[in-house]
Amino acid sequence: MIWMTWRQFRPQAITAGAILLVLAIALGITGAGLASDFNGAGLNTCHASCGQDATNFVNSLRGSSYQMLFYGGVVVMYLAPALIGLFWGAPLIARELETGTYRLAWNQSVTRGRWALVKLGIGGLAAVAFAGLLSLMITWWASPINTALSDGGSGSSPLASRMEPLLFAARGVAPLGYAAFAFTLGVTLGILLRRTIPAMALTLVLFAAVQLLMPALVRPHLLPAEHVTAPYNPGRSGELMIGNGGQMTLVQDATIPGAWVISNVTIDPAGNVFTGPATSACLGEANSPCINWLASKHLRQFVTYQPASRFWPLQGIELAIYLAASAGLGCACVWRIGRRRA
Amino acid sequence: MTAAVEARGLGRQYGRRWALTDCTLSIPAGHVVGLVGPNGAGKTTLLNLATGMLEPSTGTIEVLGGRPASTPQQLARVGYVAQDTPTYAGLSVADHLKFGAHMNPAWDAALAEARIMQLGLDPGQKAGKLSGGQRAQLALTLAIAKRPELLILDEPIASLDPLARREFLQILMEATADQELSVVMSSHLVADLERVADYLIVLVGSRVQVDGETDDLLASHRLLTGPRSDASALPAGVQVITESHTGRQSTFLVRSTVPVHDPAWTADSIDLEDLVLAYMGSAASARPVLEGTR
Repeated sequence: MIWMTWRQFRPQAITAGAILLVLAIALGITGAGLASDFNGAGLNTCHASCGQDATNFVNSLRGSSYQMLFYGGVVVMYLAPALIGLFWGAPLIARELETGTYRLAWNQSVTRGRWALVKLGIGGLAAVAFAGLLSLMITWWASPINTALSDGGSGSSPLASRMEPLLFAARGVAPLGYAAFAFTLGVTLGILLRRTIPAMALTLVLFAAVQLLMPALVRPHLLPAEHVTAPYNPGRSGELMIGNGGQMTLVQDATIPGAWVISNVTIDPAGNVFTGPATSACLGEANSPCINWLASKHLRQFVTYQPASRFWPLQGIELAIYLAASAGLGCACVWRIGRRRA
Repeated sequence: MTAAVEARGLGRQYGRRWALTDCTLSIPAGHVVGLVGPNGAGKTTLLNLATGMLEPSTGTIEVLGGRPASTPQQLARVGYVAQDTPTYAGLSVADHLKFGAHMNPAWDAALAEARIMQLGLDPGQKAGKLSGGQRAQLALTLAIAKRPELLILDEPIASLDPLARREFLQILMEATADQELSVVMSSHLVADLERVADYLIVLVGSRVQVDGETDDLLASHRLLTGPRSDASALPAGVQVITESHTGRQSTFLVRSTVPVHDPAWTADSIDLEDLVLAYMGSAASARPVLEGTR
């Protein structure tokens, strides 16, 4: 059974190996260059108050090929689990059902529950291993940038912190969970739809939906968020918008290094979000009357965030959630195949 | 001796449609059994139930005394060549043999390789590039080389040309002679089975119309021709399967355990095809058919 699974998986495995090899070479060459720039900026020997050096380093990357590669790596990390679900997961059993070969496979001296278990197990492990190697390579490549960012080199950085949803899903161990989940999701849909192409399409749609909903609805609540309130300082940089009817929206930049800012609002002394209405002081040409008026309101800035130190705990929790979901789907697949309904 | 297949009140439902209802039959071991019936009679459903590809909706089925496909041991005892003889298009003939070897503890590698040689198949050829006949032979080789006690074949030769049919049946017969194998083989054409089956089951509308050893069936069925008359005019002890009448003459196909000596009737023997068609025809005309007693 293991031989057969490997034999059927071989073309995908060779493709995956080739992709890893090409990426390893590309990332190895450019990663060495990035690391030497990092050292050149004095960041490898800097241990305290490196903020300025880090900012300079990060700013020097703006518009460079490293910035492109940085985001290229993010794209690869996003695509990898989806492609695993599409090209490894969905066809795994759907193709057998579609072409009728399941009738050959299920009449050998191997029960079909075991058949499904071995196929899922080997495919799932391969998916996790592939995503793990990919994450390791890309995380290693980007580590100078991430170190510089967490050293305080944010400012007007074009590169996001790894706590931001964009980067969070492309770093660390969470992608291993995504790969396992996308794979088992593909297998499950393949069994339910019994057709490869529709299963691939639906896998893509559902997996993308899950990946969008996770940071939007679930991740902010995985650990209780931190809050910070500071006096609203109208003189500092931020946004001030006045809508029709004098409705005001005030946002003052939050400067919490490396943190994921979930919400950032300005509240009045009663704790309600401040919405104006704007007085004539703010509708005129000059700024100072408006600033003075706002200062008299005793407004405060209220920031909800996940601090940078939560990166690994959140990664761990998210990995566990996705692995549990994968295990659940995997069990459902084995159970469903084991029951004779085909 | 345990029956090869034993079904009691067996039924299978697809949604609201019944593909097989209330099927009770016992197929003895040690025969090459032909399962004949028109398309849609429930042959494939019955065989899928016998191989455990399907679970019964009602009733029970036992194969060689065990529940189909319940354990690896049970699976090893039954070989199945499914309809359209599925093989992995992307795998070579040699890969299929490796597949069989890895999936079956009792795999007979020497037998499998000898058959591939005998068939003249190129081991490096992808199964997807084989002709229909070659693919059927490959599927049969896989089923035989796992050394089953019972081999089940679902319309294995329906899509083959006459030469490929002959070759396929020849290989099958050699295997049954060598291995003391019971065989159950379905077809909607009697002609396919006539040369190989020594036991026949006619399945129409998911009911067994007649079953028995072919020699016994042929010996006990007669075509009686005589002057125009009613079925009641026939000698006692004969059971009418079909009847037809012209202005002056009546023809009855009957089953009789005793010879008919009445000089008013001319008794002719019939061949297997006439027999099967008679039972199919009588079932199709929704006339109540008494199941024969042997």
